[in-house]
Amino acid sequence: PALGLFLFTIARDPLRIIILIAGAFFWLVSLLLSSLIWFIAVKASNPQDEPLQKGLLIFGIIFSVLLQEAFRFLYYKLLRKAIEGLVSLSEDSCSPISIQQMAYVAGMGFGLTSGAFSMINLLADALGPGTVGIHGDSQLYFLTSAFMTMVMIFLHTFWGILFFHGCEHQCWWEITAVIIMHLAVSGSTFCNPLYMGSLVPSYLLMATAATWAYLLSGGSAQNLRRFLLCK
Amino acid sequence: MITFMNNSDSEEEPCNERTSLMSAESPPVPSYQDGLQASEAGEAQAHRKRRTGSSRSPNNIADGDTSDSGVPARESALENEEEELTLKYGAKHVIMLFVPVTLCMIVVVATIKSVRFYTEKNGQLIYTPFSEDTPSVGQRLLNSVLNTIIMISVIVVMTVFLVLLYKYRCYKFIHGWLILSSLMLLFLFTYIYLGEVLKTYNVAMDYPTLFLVIWNFGAVGMICIHWKGPLQLQQAYLIMISALMALVFIKYLPEWSAWVILGAISIYDLMAVLCPKGPLRMLVETAQERNEPIFPALIYSSAMMWTVGMAKPDTAARGASQQTWDAAEDGRENHRSPLHADSEMSNTRSPGPTRPITSFEEPEEEERGVKLGLGDFIFYSVLVGKAAATASGDWNTTLACFVAILIGLCLTLLLLAVFKKALPALPISITFGLVFYFSTDNLVRPFMDTLAFHQLYI
Repeated sequence: PALGLFLFTIARDPLRIIILIAGAFFWLVSLLLSSLIWFIAVKASNPQDEPLQKGLLIFGIIFSVLLQEAFRFLYYKLLRKAIEGLVSLSEDSCSPISIQQMAYVAGMGFGLTSGAFSMINLLADALGPGTVGIHGDSQLYFLTSAFMTMVMIFLHTFWGILFFHGCEHQCWWEITAVIIMHLAVSGSTFCNPLYMGSLVPSYLLMATAATWAYLLSGGSAQNLRRFLLCK
Repeated sequence: MITFMNNSDSEEEPCNERTSLMSAESPPVPSYQDGLQASEAGEAQAHRKRRTGSSRSPNNIADGDTSDSGVPARESALENEEEELTLKYGAKHVIMLFVPVTLCMIVVVATIKSVRFYTEKNGQLIYTPFSEDTPSVGQRLLNSVLNTIIMISVIVVMTVFLVLLYKYRCYKFIHGWLILSSLMLLFLFTYIYLGEVLKTYNVAMDYPTLFLVIWNFGAVGMICIHWKGPLQLQQAYLIMISALMALVFIKYLPEWSAWVILGAISIYDLMAVLCPKGPLRMLVETAQERNEPIFPALIYSSAMMWTVGMAKPDTAARGASQQTWDAAEDGRENHRSPLHADSEMSNTRSPGPTRPITSFEEPEEEERGVKLGLGDFIFYSVLVGKAAATASGDWNTTLACFVAILIGLCLTLLLLAVFKKALPALPISITFGLVFYFSTDNLVRPFMDTLAFHQLYI
């Protein structure tokens, strides 16, 4: 689905592609820094100590979430300045791309990269021979991974819209809500392989974020009804 | 193997000349005249996003066409508009370069992942004589540095030779050299490549068919690259030979040497293009003085004047009228093709009124595409291919390098719009690529692996 979204909405406009790739770049940099921190922490600690490793991992994840949001903020600042430049360059003092479109594309960039990084090694391995869950792990590994990745991609997209909207209108509570949601989703994955604990809340959160973003972007129940009935 | 190396001896000569030629042509030649000074370049943001999307082009064209270039009184206004227009189409140009670079990288990565031939170590080029099978780390490092020095000096010598030939107008010699090397590339490397691919997929093909296929492929390629041909076919051929060349490099360069060579070549590129006495800069300047195009076999141009291939994807709506437009442009193609995108505004504008006026004017400014040297394609693909071949993190590293290179390309094109003269395309992208490769391989991979093991998501 994410790929479909990409093809239909982003691939036409070169500017959006650039913003997408730049978003991916920012996410990668944040990932890099967070894994650097985790790596240092792991090297500095005792590799035999299991609970400590798990604890470090959790710490690494939380740090990574915070870093991702920080980079989203930085990206927002950059796009803000870029929009000013675009407006001054264009002839009828109207930016060719609105901040909301940018928010959508930036969110997509983040989401696609995070999804790609989570999924792609799995996919490559899935092409080869083997049985899933042979060592007593869950048999639904691939399936749940796929769903989880999809929900993460969508979530990043919606968070992008919410985040940018919050920054635009100085609604700090929106921004904190996004951060808390992100933390909650990552935290819920700690319950894996008890999949009920992670997938269901994630999807619920995604539905919430989706409706919120939709309302923020100016949609309403009426619009939805008109669209569905093809008026 | 010794035999292979002996065989390839005579072939490696033109091979490396070809290489050095292509890497010599690394700087992208801007299609704008040098005279234009970017007054608005000092805008607050130093970012590429100030370029507008292609959706605005119809409006802008209407505005652009109204200003007649022949009137000197409106010189300043024209210049201003020119700058704006050049900056406006930046986004589209970036995409026009993204697509071929991406395609080349995809081809290289796909081949590396599937055909095992290109990751087996079967000997080295004579240009990198020092082997890397030594036991100690210091020795290996020393060997790779020595290899790099040899390689770079070979490239420098070749480049200087080419520039001298160009300066003294020995065009026939250069043409012959280029034709010879592209012949070899098109036929020999394609033969090897096809053979390996067929071996991998266990498909049988008899020699007559093979001969026919390769002959056709090579002949059409020669015509397309060195003479006239549809733009897209020429672009496709250039992409293919870049990919083939990159594959050869990936196979025959030893590990550490490859990385050191990549780093050294970006430094060399930087110096050769920006130093006043650099060979590449002299080449570009001489070409611009004489108002000639640089050899088509060495440069990838995203657009050519008045060629049929100007149908852009964003003009999808232009369905039926495109036919008439194409037919009209065909007649002009022969007249215009010697003038590559280095022409001034006046050239692009003067034929404007004589064109058949369709209801949506095909933007003339689109012809001023950006050019990228083939060497850049090759080295980008070498970086990504090496990442795919040797990284244990597999796809993550490859993806990271890919994004890094694209961002580097964006930044370079941005700088190009700001400075409006030939710039080296390699340094920024390769630096980003190298940084991302090493950091992703060593830092991110254990992190992601552990996360994936516990199925945690960040």
